[in-house]
Amino acid sequence: MKICVLVKEVPDAAVQKRIDPSTGRMDRNGEKNLNPYDTHAIEAAMQIREGGAVEVDEIVAVTMGPSTAIRALHKAVSLGADRSVHLSDDALAGSDVAATGYALAQTLKRESPDLVLLGQQSDDGECYTIGAVVADHLQMPSLTQVIQMDVEAGPPTQLRCERQAEYGYDTVQVELPAVISVGDAINEPRYPSLKAIMGAKKKPLDALAIGDVDIAADRVGESGSKVICGDFKAPPAKSAGEIIEDEDTNETVEKIVAWLDERKLI
Amino acid sequence: MSLHELSDEQREIRELAARFADEVIVPQAPAWDREHTFPKEVFAQLGELGLMGVCIPQELGGAGADFVSYILVMEQLSRGDAGVGTAIGVHIGAGQLPILAHGTAEQQERLVPPLAQGHELAAFALTESGSGSDAGALRTRADAAQRLTGTKQWITNGSHAHVFNVFARDDDDGRISAFLVRRGAPGFAVTREEEKMGQHSSSTADLVFEATPSERLGTPGAGMRIALSTLDGGRIGIAAQATGIAQAALDLAVGYAKERRAFGRAIGGFQAIQQKLADMQTEIEAARALTLRAARLKQAGRPHTVEGAQAKLFASAVARRQTGEAIQVLGGYGYTKEFPAERYYRDAKVTEIYEGTSEIQRLVIARALLGEAARES
Ligand SMILES: Cc1cc2nc3c(=O)[nH]c(=O)nc-3n(C[C@H](O)[C@H](O)[C@H](O)COP(=O)(O)OP(=O)(O)OC[C@H]3O[C@@H](n4cnc5c(N)ncnc54)[C@H](O)[C@@H]3O)c2cc1C
Repeated sequence: MKICVLVKEVPDAAVQKRIDPSTGRMDRNGEKNLNPYDTHAIEAAMQIREGGAVEVDEIVAVTMGPSTAIRALHKAVSLGADRSVHLSDDALAGSDVAATGYALAQTLKRESPDLVLLGQQSDDGECYTIGAVVADHLQMPSLTQVIQMDVEAGPPTQLRCERQAEYGYDTVQVELPAVISVGDAINEPRYPSLKAIMGAKKKPLDALAIGDVDIAADRVGESGSKVICGDFKAPPAKSAGEIIEDEDTNETVEKIVAWLDERKLI
Repeated sequence: MSLHELSDEQREIRELAARFADEVIVPQAPAWDREHTFPKEVFAQLGELGLMGVCIPQELGGAGADFVSYILVMEQLSRGDAGVGTAIGVHIGAGQLPILAHGTAEQQERLVPPLAQGHELAAFALTESGSGSDAGALRTRADAAQRLTGTKQWITNGSHAHVFNVFARDDDDGRISAFLVRRGAPGFAVTREEEKMGQHSSSTADLVFEATPSERLGTPGAGMRIALSTLDGGRIGIAAQATGIAQAALDLAVGYAKERRAFGRAIGGFQAIQQKLADMQTEIEAARALTLRAARLKQAGRPHTVEGAQAKLFASAVARRQTGEAIQVLGGYGYTKEFPAERYYRDAKVTEIYEGTSEIQRLVIARALLGEAARES
C-alpha cells in the first residue's frame, strides 16, 4: 500500500498573521514552518505502517508551493516519509482552494496512492476543504476531521474512522482508496531523531512543474481561480470581559451565579 | 537571533530541542529541583533522539551535526532545566570532545559510541579541594604504571558517569597529564554528592582514586593544554546555558506581566515593567549573539578563546542579573516556590563560577589585550 501525505508550508505559529491589503493575500514574509496539522497526518501514516495490519510500501510527502516549501518536505521526511514530491511553478501562484485541489489531485494521480492523508486545516488559510476537493478530482471517498483510524486488512482494505463533527462523533467505514483529513487529536506526533533530520536532504525529492503532471495552466494560478478577495476589514473588537476577582470564594460564586442567572443561562 | 541565520538542519535541531524541553523537561523540572532528582530517563530519551552526541561524527555513533547545533541544543535544554544543560555540557563538551580531539582512533572507537548514543555518561575531573581556578596546583598523582591516587571535587555527572577524563601529575617529571578512567576501576569511588544552592537536578560529586588503573589521553605532559582547550569550547556551552536560563526567566516575566493586575491594569501597562522587560530581552539577544559568534569561530576551526570567554562572561552576568529582575517582575510570587523564577535565580549563579569564574574570563580577555604586560607582578 502506498500512502501520500499532503503537506504545506505555512507561517510559523509564532508569527502574527496579516493580510497584505495590496495583494489580498497573506503576508508570508516571516518565519515559516510545516503546517502543524500535517505532522499529525504523517504520524497517522507512520502508525499505519507500524501497526502491521497492512504492508505500507511507501509514504510519500507531497506539496505544492514555492521553492521555500522544500523545507516543509524535508521536515516531513524527517518525521517518517520515505520521499517527497514538490510541485512548484510560477503559474500556480495565487491559486485558490479549488485550483490548488485540482493541481494537487493531478500530482497525486501520478503516484496512484491507496490512501491520501492530510491535516484537516492549514494554519494559514484554515479552509478545511482541500481534502474534499482533491477527493472529488480523484473520484475517491473523502472523510474529514478524523480523530481515530483503524485499518482492517482486506481485500478490500478498509478504514474504520471516527470523525469529530459539530454534533458529536461519527463512526464511518470506508474502503480504500480514500482521502482522509485528520484532526490534531488523532495522535501525538513523534520527535524526529537527529539522524533523520541530518539525513532528510538525502531522501529522494521529485521537483515537478505543471507540465509534468498535465495541469491545465488556465485552471490554476490567479487567473484560473474564481475566488476574489478584497475589502478587508478587521473583525469587530470584542467587548472587554468582566473580571471577577476571587477575594472571598463564597462571594465570587454568588457573583458568577447571579451573572449567569441574569442572562438566563442557568 | 533570526532563524534565517541558521541552516535548515540547525533550525530543525533547535526546534526539536525546544519541543523536547517544553514537553518533557519543563513539566518535570520543579519536582527534580525539589527532590534533587538526577533525571536519568531523560538522558536515555535524549540519547534515542541523538541529542547526547549532537556534534559527534556519525561514524562514532553521534548525530554528525555541527558545534553550532550543539550550542542551540544547550540553550533550549537549559531553558527547560539548567541542570540538564550542565549534564549535557559536561557530557559532550568536556567529556566526548576532548576524546575526539586528543584520543587515539582506538580510544575514540571504543569509548565514544556508547557516550554519543546516551548509553553512558562522561565526566571531566580537574578541580580538587585545593585547586579550582589555579588548576595547575592539582595534587592527584599518576605513577609510572598510570595508576592514579588523589581526590577530585565537584565533578559534574560524578555519581552517574561511566567515563572520566581525569587530570593528574606524573610522578616522574611532575608534569600534568590527562587520563581516562572507567567507573568501577579498582580504587575508584564516589564519596559524596555536594549540596548546592541550585541546579539540584545535576550531580556534583567528590571522587577518590587509590592506585586506580587508567589509560592516557593525549601525550604525557599535555594535561593543562588539553584541560584549557576543553574549557575554551566548554565556555561557549555554558554561555548558551546561561542564555537559556535567562530566556526562561524572560518568558515567565512577560507572561506574568500580561496577567497580573495592579491599580486596575495589567502590570505590563506600567512603563517601569516595560522598560525592564525590554532591557532583559536586549541583553539576552546580545548574550546569544556573542555565544553564536564564538560557536561559529570554533566551528570554523578559528581561534575562539577570547570570544568564548567574552560570551561566558557576558551571558552568565545577564543570567544572574535578569533572573533577579524576573523575580522583581513577579513581586512576592517571584520569591515563592509557586513560580520557577527563584529556581532560575539559584540555577543561574553558578554559570559565573564553573568552567572558569568571571574573574578568570576577564583575565583571559585582558591577557589577550595586554600580552606580557598583564603577567607582570
Ligand atoms: C556546580 C558545580 C559544578 C562543577 N563541575 C565541575 C566539573 O565537572 N569538573 C571540574 O573539574 N570542576 C567542576 N567545578 C569546579 C569549578 O570549575 C570551580 O569551582 C571553579 O573553577 C572555581 O574554582 P574554586 O571554586 O576553587 O574558586 P577559587 O579558584 O578558589 O576562586 C575564589 C575566588 O577567587 C577568584 N580568583 C581566583 N584566582 C584569581 C585570579 N588569578 N585573579 C582574579 N581572581 C581570582 C575567583 O574568581 C573567585 O572569585 C564545579 C563547580 C560547581 C560549583
